[in-house]
Amino acid sequence: MAGIAVSTTINGDAVEYLCQPDETLLDVLRDRLGLTGAKEGCGTGDCGACSIILDDRLVCSCLVLGAEAEGRRVETIEGMAHGDTLHPLQQKFLEHAALQCGICTPGFLIAAKDLLAKNPDPTEEEIRFGLAGNLCRCTGYDKIVRAVQDAAIVMKGA
Amino acid sequence: MNFDPRFSGRKFASVGTRPIRPDGIDKVTGRARYGADFNMAGQLVGRVLRSPHAHARIVKIDTSKAEKLAGVKAVITAADLPDLTDGDAAMYDVLDNCMARTKALYDGHAVAAVAAIDARTARQALKLIEVEYELLPHVTDVDEAAKHTAPLINDAIFTEGLEEKPVKPSNVTKRSQFGHGDVHQGFGQADFIVERSFKTEQTHQGYIEPHACVANFSSDGTADLWVCTQGHFVYRQHCAQLLGMEASKLRVTSSEIGGGFGGKTHVWAEPVALALSRKAGRPVKLVMTRDEVFRASGPTSATSIDVKIGARKDGTITAAEATLRYSCGPYAGSWAEIGAMTAFACYKLDNVKTVGYEVLVNRPKTAAYRAPSAPMAAFAVESAVDELAKKIGMDPVDFRIKNAAQEGTRSSYGPVYGPIGIGPTLEAVKSHPHMKAPLGKNQGRGMACGFWFNFGGQTCTDLNIGMDGSVSLAVGTVDVGGSRASLSLVAAEELGIDYSQVKAIVADTSSLGYNDMTDGSRGTFSSSMATISAARNAILILRERAAQMWDIAVDDVVWEKGHAIAKGEKHGNLGKLSLKEIAVESGKTGGPIAGHSELVADGAGVSFATHICDIEVDPDTGAARVIRYTVVQDAGKAVHPTYVEGQYQGGAAQGIGWALNEEYIYGKDGRLQNAGFLDYRIPVCSDLPMIDTQILEIPNPNHPYGVRGVGETSIVPPLAAIANAVSNAAGVRMTHIPMSPPRILAAIEAEREWSK
Repeated sequence: MAGIAVSTTINGDAVEYLCQPDETLLDVLRDRLGLTGAKEGCGTGDCGACSIILDDRLVCSCLVLGAEAEGRRVETIEGMAHGDTLHPLQQKFLEHAALQCGICTPGFLIAAKDLLAKNPDPTEEEIRFGLAGNLCRCTGYDKIVRAVQDAAIVMKGA
Repeated sequence: MNFDPRFSGRKFASVGTRPIRPDGIDKVTGRARYGADFNMAGQLVGRVLRSPHAHARIVKIDTSKAEKLAGVKAVITAADLPDLTDGDAAMYDVLDNCMARTKALYDGHAVAAVAAIDARTARQALKLIEVEYELLPHVTDVDEAAKHTAPLINDAIFTEGLEEKPVKPSNVTKRSQFGHGDVHQGFGQADFIVERSFKTEQTHQGYIEPHACVANFSSDGTADLWVCTQGHFVYRQHCAQLLGMEASKLRVTSSEIGGGFGGKTHVWAEPVALALSRKAGRPVKLVMTRDEVFRASGPTSATSIDVKIGARKDGTITAAEATLRYSCGPYAGSWAEIGAMTAFACYKLDNVKTVGYEVLVNRPKTAAYRAPSAPMAAFAVESAVDELAKKIGMDPVDFRIKNAAQEGTRSSYGPVYGPIGIGPTLEAVKSHPHMKAPLGKNQGRGMACGFWFNFGGQTCTDLNIGMDGSVSLAVGTVDVGGSRASLSLVAAEELGIDYSQVKAIVADTSSLGYNDMTDGSRGTFSSSMATISAARNAILILRERAAQMWDIAVDDVVWEKGHAIAKGEKHGNLGKLSLKEIAVESGKTGGPIAGHSELVADGAGVSFATHICDIEVDPDTGAARVIRYTVVQDAGKAVHPTYVEGQYQGGAAQGIGWALNEEYIYGKDGRLQNAGFLDYRIPVCSDLPMIDTQILEIPNPNHPYGVRGVGETSIVPPLAAIANAVSNAAGVRMTHIPMSPPRILAAIEAEREWSK
């Protein structure tokens, strides 16, 4: 089976890989590129644990084929911090204990980053609907919403 | 060791603060490694073939075509997992659940497995395995299964616990009974009696991380297993027993765990992965799909419960009785027994009787789910309690306060209570602003209480002090929700040092003595006890080393706020030595400094909570929405209050999903129809309000800091609190969980018909 050659940009770096036509972008990230920050919670686009940003659009990487990343820009959780400096959302998730088991956290952070990029000053309701595509079974979402509210304040001041 | 676990009031420096967790940065940067995030050189992909039938005899399995497919390295069936359980019936059931032997007992039951070079080849290989089934009649409903006419799931089972041994086999595996006094007499004294029947549907723990493991069986007979689990030591024992290994030859490393809630206390695919690796001679990674998680792991029991409670005009309960039927899946369990124990545990009762029946059904093997069995019993009992209060004309909180169990009360399941929190949680609810807030149109308020036993168990902890003064704490209880932070706080507290100097890790099964699982809300309770004990042992050595450095008697050295201090006037000029100063010199004073502890953490204090919930019901659609929610729960002592709040909020959210929406839906063919997060819908962010919490601290007398487990109780009251709120909002008593829109609408319409 000949693989498909893909040239793409991941977290700002040029990346090339071969993938099969039926491989999802999530499979490529996790199994071929070692970027295991995106998680597979369902494989059907229902849980959001595999959220990434593809050309400024929030997507479930389990619903995108690896071959579709050709010529696109991919942002994953591994690219969210700048070196040692955490993104304000990452910092606020820690401070508010917005994670317990943490499996959904990368997806929430990516989704929250996308939300704040489009709406820097969201109401609680806008945050709740903005993050409704991501499932968390541990926290009841309370501390996640508070962390995003707090991060929004910090980011506006920056 | 002379460890004294009794509570001693003390002022805390670290315990009760809210620092950032030690595993936090890895978790927000995507670096934390969960079950599926680990890989080995030469690793194969494992996949499991599952029965599409609810009940079928396996006539023949032909794996020859699959074995011939290029890239397939091993195919296994039950023949590759021979029965080595040696008469251990419970382990035989675990084995049969991992790989069906003679019959497939539910839709999703594993019948064969393959290991191949990649996922695509493994999937193709599954399609080439030919299984010949002889279909058998099935039963999935708990009440139907308990009938004499129901299809038998296991004809070797005769109901245990009856006065006379039955002559016919049954799907009811066991009857259990609890209580004291004389309920007939008690009901005779009652002025008001409420009697009702309730049902709850089966739910799944719904952890976001599917079961995942990497098994590596070596040709020298040893093996390694990397796995997401709540109890790697227990997984080692079970896997080793099923594979015919000595437990010491299997090393199990627990990965970060992406949620468990009881569902990761049972082995499922791990013995299969080990058997595949043994046969293929290569490492095998086996990750369940979400469909498999729903069809073949979890879930909790479906139940059917009858409750009868009587009370005098003054509000004193005179008698309480419940009959509880819990589904177990196709294997015997003790789920109804636990329900029967917890049902009336909140109350002081002279006459109480509960009877539990364990019922086999053609559904996945029931697994623990956060305070297993208690939420359903609480739903039935607390609904009836609310109705009885209304009948008497009493406020539901006052009615409960009047009948609440106290210190010295003999519980409905036997033991006499020590200091407990049910009264204080009710008093806190009574004075909570939430209870006085106005309600709008179509809105209703409900409240309910909940109880959970909590558990202690075997625990082993190592505390090693580095030469730089850092402290490494190795624990054997898997961290499911922040316990590394709370245990680091406890070590810092006991040693008198800063939290930042301590780093807790979860050690693998070869690095530490045996630990029971993180279940029964025991993680922080039991491992903090062992950590305190280990720290005190380390302090003994630190004092000895200081004495050596000063050349004085060890009895003249005390440990205060992280320092050795020489006591007595004759040592007045010695100053003090910090932990770090002693550690730096340790190479010259006798080598490394460490404290170890191995103990059985007895005396886990029982736990109580009371919840308040406001619901708005749309009378046209039957949709119910939680608009305000408050949790009040006794923590004994909150070690890391933020994570205690998190446990309260998380349990409440799971309870809200269970109460309003989540259920396993089976077709007439016995197949699960909603094995995915789209159709089995757990609460999302936009479904919920903020969840307020109030932590009460009634010290557990059996823990040095007064700690009680906090993880589970929070899921016990929500079903009932929400049912009471919906009933108040809709004006009709709800008796079937989940209260999905069609059920609420049907109840409202039936009430309208009735009142015409």
